[in-house]
Amino acid sequence: MGALRKRPVRRTRSGEYELRLSQDERALLRDLAPRMREVFADDSDPVLERLFPVAYPEDETRQTEYRLLAQSELLESHLAAIATLEETVDAERLDEEKLLAWMRALNEVRLVLGVRLEVSEEGDERPSSSDDPRAAAFAIYDYLTWLQGEIIDALAG
Amino acid sequence: MPTEVKEPDLGEEVIADRPWVVIVWNDPVNLMSYVTFVFQKLFGYSREKATKLMLDVHHKGKAVVSSGPREKAELDVFRLHEHGLWATMQHDE
Repeated sequence: MGALRKRPVRRTRSGEYELRLSQDERALLRDLAPRMREVFADDSDPVLERLFPVAYPEDETRQTEYRLLAQSELLESHLAAIATLEETVDAERLDEEKLLAWMRALNEVRLVLGVRLEVSEEGDERPSSSDDPRAAAFAIYDYLTWLQGEIIDALAG
Repeated sequence: MPTEVKEPDLGEEVIADRPWVVIVWNDPVNLMSYVTFVFQKLFGYSREKATKLMLDVHHKGKAVVSSGPREKAELDVFRLHEHGLWATMQHDE
């Protein structure tokens, strides 16, 4: 994909970042926010273990304490990144702070999809048929991986 | 805030001088470029140092990315969790 199109995120002289995304891409990104809010709202979803990792694996008391203090703030931070993505999804330009929020939001979605799709280091789990119900989710995962990489290149470049 | 944790455990004073270490574990989703970028951004590490730590995570399964008093380590863990990295903390061995 990268060779066929211009870079989607480009740092401008003013220090802002120009976004060159199609309407289809923006529609896909817009859909992510309500879906992520659903994920965060379901306490029984095991994917939350990946979004709220254990800080003290060897100390249950301290872990309970950490969770009490940090959990709500961490949730707020995750939701804020998702909200920024949603609010600025049609923007032509973003400042650095907002682009950093996009980067975190896309990573959150990738973590959720990665757990659901049981993504592994080997990367050999792509369904061979487009009839496979997982094919669409893998396509979104791969697109977000590409876009997140482009955002990081722009930020770090 | 994680930084405002009060330590009620008296036994802690005995080992209070032992620093805490923050460990980042390998996972199959976070991009190598992302992990490197997060280490640079959160800890102010050079690209070289951040890349070396990222490669340790990738190849050895984990790396110690920061250390210090418990409050600082806990804040570091929190910020890594904010960025979706799989971080834990423990007393330095």
